[in-house]
Amino acid sequence: MGSLRRFAAFWYDFIVGDDWILAAGALVALGLAGALTRSAVGGAAWLILPLAAVVVLWLSLMRATRGR
Amino acid sequence: MGALFLVAASFLASSVEMVEASTIVLAVGVSREWRSTLIGVGSALVALAAIVAALGPALALIPIDALRLFIGTLLLIFGLQWLRKAILRASGYKALHDEDAIYKRELAEARAARSELRAGMDWYAFTLSFKGVFLEGMEVIFIVLTFGTTQGSIPLAALGAATAVLLVGTVAVLVHQPLSRVPENGMKFVVGALLTTFGLFWGGEGLGVAWPGADAAILMVLGFVLVTASAFVFALRRTRTEVTAAVRVAGGPALD
Repeated sequence: MGSLRRFAAFWYDFIVGDDWILAAGALVALGLAGALTRSAVGGAAWLILPLAAVVVLWLSLMRATRGR
Repeated sequence: MGALFLVAASFLASSVEMVEASTIVLAVGVSREWRSTLIGVGSALVALAAIVAALGPALALIPIDALRLFIGTLLLIFGLQWLRKAILRASGYKALHDEDAIYKRELAEARAARSELRAGMDWYAFTLSFKGVFLEGMEVIFIVLTFGTTQGSIPLAALGAATAVLLVGTVAVLVHQPLSRVPENGMKFVVGALLTTFGLFWGGEGLGVAWPGADAAILMVLGFVLVTASAFVFALRRTRTEVTAAVRVAGGPALD
């Protein structure tokens, strides 16, 4: 494996880790909250973040435990 | 509240990393040779200091909201990863992190490895201890810089981390054994919840989200994350018990 690939693999493992769903879900949650902040119901944007985080976590746990 | 929280979070997260680093260093030092192992540790510390010297001032140049969003995103991803692992361990789907077992495995591997003495140095011992301290140290640096920058006090975050490094390091030197009595799995659960909470809070702040109660919202979010994660552990444990019982009734092999 080339050193560039090893370097990229190290950062992928460091940041994304065992399940890409968590990283993707975190980005979606923050994106949603950002969009909501700029909308007419911006005051409720804070609610999205913790709720989205636990939903993403649950999805990842379901993927990890499926069939076991 | 903020200061105490910052020191405690930094202390807890850094303690977990230090326990893991000390297990590797002890296993390598005991099985190979202490001089090369300690030179590896020292070199890793120098490399880490260079990274801090380069990254610290650079972070101060980034606008605070962009920095909070970037750091919040990373903390949220790391926190969710830690929580996922901790929940899977607590519910029996993943083996518990066992420093004793890791120490024995590292010890056996280090003993089995070919001795490579060049320039009076055991390079296997050097490389292994360097990697162990450098990688775990990188996580400590990340925690201190991110927690400290977003909360506006790197010294307080550094205080928590330095206390953890000194405390765990001293205990490891004194007992000369892997620190298997440290409740690492429980600590990882709490640290995962803290990282997730800080990630949500700072990520939200970076986006301009108005948190009710300002900083006090951190406690509210932390409580929510802890309660929900505990509920997940409970639910997964129950599912696992039911599946195990069903497999036993059906005459299949036990799952645990």
